Amino acid sequence: MSDATEIATPRASVFAGLRLTWTAVLAGSVLLFWLILALFGPWIAPHGEAEIISGTTFAPIGEGGLLGTDKLGRDVFSRLIYGVRTTLLLALITTVISFAFGVTLGFAAAILKGWFDIVVSRIVEAFMAFPSTLLALVVIGAFGTSITVLVLTVGLVLSTSVFRVSRALGYDIGVMDFVEAARARGEGTWWILTREILPNSMAPLIAEFGLRFTFSILFLSGLSFLGLGVQEPAADWGLMVQENVGGLFLGSSAALIPAACIASLTVSMNLLVDWFQQRQQGETVLEKIDQ
Amino acid sequence: MSDILTIKNLRVEGRPPGGAYVPIVKGVSLNVAKGEVLALIGESGSGKSTISLASMGFARPGCRIAGGEIWLNGRDIMKLSPQDRHALRGDEVSYVAQSAAASFNPALRIGKQVIEAPLWHGAGDAATLTATAVDLYRKLDLPNPDSVGEKFPHQVSGGQLQRLMAAMAMSCGPDLLILDEPTTALDVTTQIEVLKAFKDIIRDQGTAAIYVTHDLAVVAQVADRILVLKNGEMVEEGPTAQILHDPQHEYTRMLMDAVRPAPHLVDHVDASAAQAPVISARNITAGYGALTILSDVSVDVPAASVVGVIGESGCGKSTLARVVAGLTPLREGEIRLDGKVAAPSVKDRPRDSLKDCQIVFQMADTALNPRQRIGDILGRPLEFYQGLKGRARVEKVGDLLELVDLPRSFATRFPGELSGGQKQRINLARALAADPKVILCDEVTSALDTVVAAGVIELLKSLKDKLGVAYMFISHDLSTVASFADEVVVLYAGQVVEKGPSKVVFSPPFHPYTKLLLSSVPEMRQGWLEGVADTGEAKAASAGSVVIGAKGCPFANRCTHAIVGTCDVTPPPVRTLPGELEIACHLPIEEMP
Amino acid sequence: MYRIILTRLAQGLLTLLLASIIIFGATEILPGDVAEAILGQSRTEEALATLREEMGLNRPAIVRYFDWLGGMLQGDLGTSLATKRPVADMIESRMWNTLRLALLAAAISVPLSLALGLWSAIRAGGRVDKTLAMTTLALIAVPEFFIGLILMKVFAVELKWLSASANTRPYFDFWQNFRALALPVATLSFAVIAHMMRMTRSSVINIFTSPYLEMAALKGLPKRRLVVRHALPNALSPILTVIALNLSYMVSGVIIVETVFGVPGLTRLLVDGVTLRDIPLIQACAMIFGAVYILLNLLADVLSIMANPRLRYPK
Ligand SMILES: Nc1ncnc2c1ncn2[C@@H]1O[C@H](COP(=O)(O)OP(=O)(O)O)[C@@H](O)[C@H]1O
Ligand code: SF4
Ligand SMILES: [Mg+2]
Repeated sequence: MSDATEIATPRASVFAGLRLTWTAVLAGSVLLFWLILALFGPWIAPHGEAEIISGTTFAPIGEGGLLGTDKLGRDVFSRLIYGVRTTLLLALITTVISFAFGVTLGFAAAILKGWFDIVVSRIVEAFMAFPSTLLALVVIGAFGTSITVLVLTVGLVLSTSVFRVSRALGYDIGVMDFVEAARARGEGTWWILTREILPNSMAPLIAEFGLRFTFSILFLSGLSFLGLGVQEPAADWGLMVQENVGGLFLGSSAALIPAACIASLTVSMNLLVDWFQQRQQGETVLEKIDQ
Repeated sequence: MSDILTIKNLRVEGRPPGGAYVPIVKGVSLNVAKGEVLALIGESGSGKSTISLASMGFARPGCRIAGGEIWLNGRDIMKLSPQDRHALRGDEVSYVAQSAAASFNPALRIGKQVIEAPLWHGAGDAATLTATAVDLYRKLDLPNPDSVGEKFPHQVSGGQLQRLMAAMAMSCGPDLLILDEPTTALDVTTQIEVLKAFKDIIRDQGTAAIYVTHDLAVVAQVADRILVLKNGEMVEEGPTAQILHDPQHEYTRMLMDAVRPAPHLVDHVDASAAQAPVISARNITAGYGALTILSDVSVDVPAASVVGVIGESGCGKSTLARVVAGLTPLREGEIRLDGKVAAPSVKDRPRDSLKDCQIVFQMADTALNPRQRIGDILGRPLEFYQGLKGRARVEKVGDLLELVDLPRSFATRFPGELSGGQKQRINLARALAADPKVILCDEVTSALDTVVAAGVIELLKSLKDKLGVAYMFISHDLSTVASFADEVVVLYAGQVVEKGPSKVVFSPPFHPYTKLLLSSVPEMRQGWLEGVADTGEAKAASAGSVVIGAKGCPFANRCTHAIVGTCDVTPPPVRTLPGELEIACHLPIEEMP
Repeated sequence: MYRIILTRLAQGLLTLLLASIIIFGATEILPGDVAEAILGQSRTEEALATLREEMGLNRPAIVRYFDWLGGMLQGDLGTSLATKRPVADMIESRMWNTLRLALLAAAISVPLSLALGLWSAIRAGGRVDKTLAMTTLALIAVPEFFIGLILMKVFAVELKWLSASANTRPYFDFWQNFRALALPVATLSFAVIAHMMRMTRSSVINIFTSPYLEMAALKGLPKRRLVVRHALPNALSPILTVIALNLSYMVSGVIIVETVFGVPGLTRLLVDGVTLRDIPLIQACAMIFGAVYILLNLLADVLSIMANPRLRYPK
């Protein structure tokens, strides 16, 4: 590394030029809140994950626990706190898996082109010719439900979309003049990928990560809700909804609370991604007509 | 008052994405009388388009009219309600944009779009308006005036589309016509007919017009008065003849000086004593996918000399540069760099062969990685080719910056912080970092303003003298090539039609295509347009377009000299003329223009 | 143009074939086989071998695949492992429930989201647009079961206006049917409307940056005309794609909605099949949904090809 080029001014970061908005602050705070709970949950939760604290099932809010009890008399509040861990961790792992596969294959297809691109793209297209839920159901139906199957399946299903985004980015940036200049200089594939293409794909990839993460939470909780995802006695928000749906008619909120928590997570994430992409939105010709 | 438009103290502000409003037009006043053409000239970013749009009371997205009065037909349109102001557009004032291809809605038939404005503003029913439009097509010399309206935009050629846009603008019988660089996107050979059509239609209808352009030679043909702009302020205003021949302001004079004389008026560089070629491309055939673009092209670039490559867009100039650089592998033929045979693909070339031949691209901004500092952009080739590291590398980067007349401190900047001209200098410096024997310059000045481009050309010249580097200088701008190149290669539809020392190429006898190119270059002389527009050459040239892979002579469909039965079926022979001139044409030498 | 359409149709057919391979592959090339699944834990090697012989499981996978595909094409969807009934019968009795839900939701959501999307585009930057943008942004991230449960809690449990169960009976009159179907259809529509509306708006807004829209605006045309006559025809292809995508996305939405409201539909059958690992049932259901999905996308593509003047009127 040369010394004189290391000047104090920051690198042109993907976050440069972003102005904070109140929605972004709000969404960020919600995410931060859940993150802290996920990290320190076991020290905060008053009861154990599967601990039955009361003989009354579906106890209303305030009675027998801060948020009432569930269908087995477990503490909803404690399970909620344990659940955020499962929910976030599983979503993170699946998203990372989908990125590991999607980005690697996508950029490889864009750079290597030729038969590799054709073969991989065709396979991905075939997988995308299915609704993703259906694909997951078929695999789970065949392999049974276990965390490993779940995480791998959802990760692979999500990776098709990551593949498409990465491949398009690789193709678009790969034909730009500065990449051509590097190619003309004689740079190898690795340099072109890591120094020319990747730094310029960061912003869209970060946004894609956010979207996939959101989708992954929705997807996993949907499967849990169908009874095909995380299995008892583990606490998972989607599973908690499924367990306690019956309580809805008995006046219990034990199903609604975790569902609302999932929504708070995904909505916040979506708002944050939208804020991150705000630079692309500008005025339109139509607005100018009225001025 | 006979003024159609009077603008007083106009101020317009613009806002960069996420930023605050900054002034772009700073108190400009102007007026246009009935039947008069006022030209706005200036460099890009000087506010020409913004002012012209403001005369319709319109500001582009991200801009706003911040102050001033805009009097159109005797009323201040800024005092009208937005609805009333909007109602004037396409009725009293209409607009012709730079690119017709982009300005016609691809999903609607042309005729519908042409009569849309008057139909909406209640100027008549569809049948009458269509009849008027057909009259306009006829006046504009469009082929098949009766049926062209039925077509979709993609079914019509670029030059015709540009004229159809004139028809679209005139169909509402406007009092004021705004033309924003209406011929800039066209090739010189098609520009003439379009320019003539615009001029005639304006004269014919007695419309007042604002003509925006950066091309002074074009202005000389169409304008009655000229207003020179710089950074959103008026520099000078006066009748065309006075501005062209007796500019008062220093900036105007600088603009005039940057304009190069027509190719045949240039003092050509004398061919230097023959040097060993650094690039020797022999019988190159190349293309993309199933498409063959270049066929049987041979070009030599002698050491320390400049070889100009000219031709219309789409003729394969860039492809030639890419083939030499190894970016687009050739299919047949051979390339020698500094005497040694070079592999077709850049991947298979050794570093010292790569080092000798560097390429600089047309678009200065896209050629620089926006996420690397200038220091790293220039440092990488130093490290890659010469193994320079640490302090030595930093020193050399500074030297390179000085070599291209930029301050050493630029090393810490990102490309986004530089102007277009500065970026192009960085591109050049990156090529120089390899210490090459030859640089392939692909339209390096085409995207730059005249004054800035002149600076880059001067830099190229001085570098050549200082470092003894050779250039393959690709450009569609004949004047620049003529003033700069030792030798010239004329490319048409992927074939070499003429080549030789610059002096010989730019004097008769010509290949008919070279002749067409030369006579199409606009001259600063007023009245030049009328002289050339009605020649059979200009008409024939605008009738056809470049066809790659023709059976006989590729130019046959646009050539006034074409010998039917010969030119369209048999490829032309290469004739060698005195003075090392080669022309590929069936015509006997005496009959060449 | 017909060439392109034919190519596209052929591609669709090919995708369908690939889809069948994926389904068959995913369910059959596994540790263990259908025989194991049928006999469960209490199997003996002997019984297993006999059953395999009976079911032809000893034949190579390729042969079994073509057997299965051939059966599918002739309407023979196999026999359920769990109920021992023909899969075709089970599906037939359930199909209508799902189809009715999806059709009703589509009939509501497609026109509504198109209208909202265009309205939002016409008012781009205004208050209506901003409010809609924020609402839909949030709405697309909310899980369907949450929407479903909230609707159920409010309208069925608390207000008791509508029914929490979507089970209809043949003798139901219009209002009874309405009470039963309103909530599931609304739930299903919510998410797709939000998504489709956003995509419609952004497809149209994308066109706004093109010079031909500026040109049209400078002709003094009103906004409505600019959006409907100039932008919409050019945004047709992305909008059609989005509609197809969302209609097929309903497949996943339907799964959740049928579970929440206890609809005895096709997707419940599939979920039950997955729970019981009833392979033939899973294969058949997956093939049906896959085919619908592929068909819808095919339809969108063919329509956009036909709407493109460049392809309709070649040079
Ligand atoms: N990557 C590409 N793929 C296919 N065709 C191309 C590509 N690049 C250029 N062409 C075509 O090759 C021809 C020559 O282009 P180019 O070499 O860029 O010409 P010039 O530089 O003279 O304008 C044109 O018809 C152009 O459309
Ligand atoms: S060969 Fe024929 S068509 Fe070609 S340039 Fe010569 S005269 Fe014209
Ligand atoms: Mg070019």
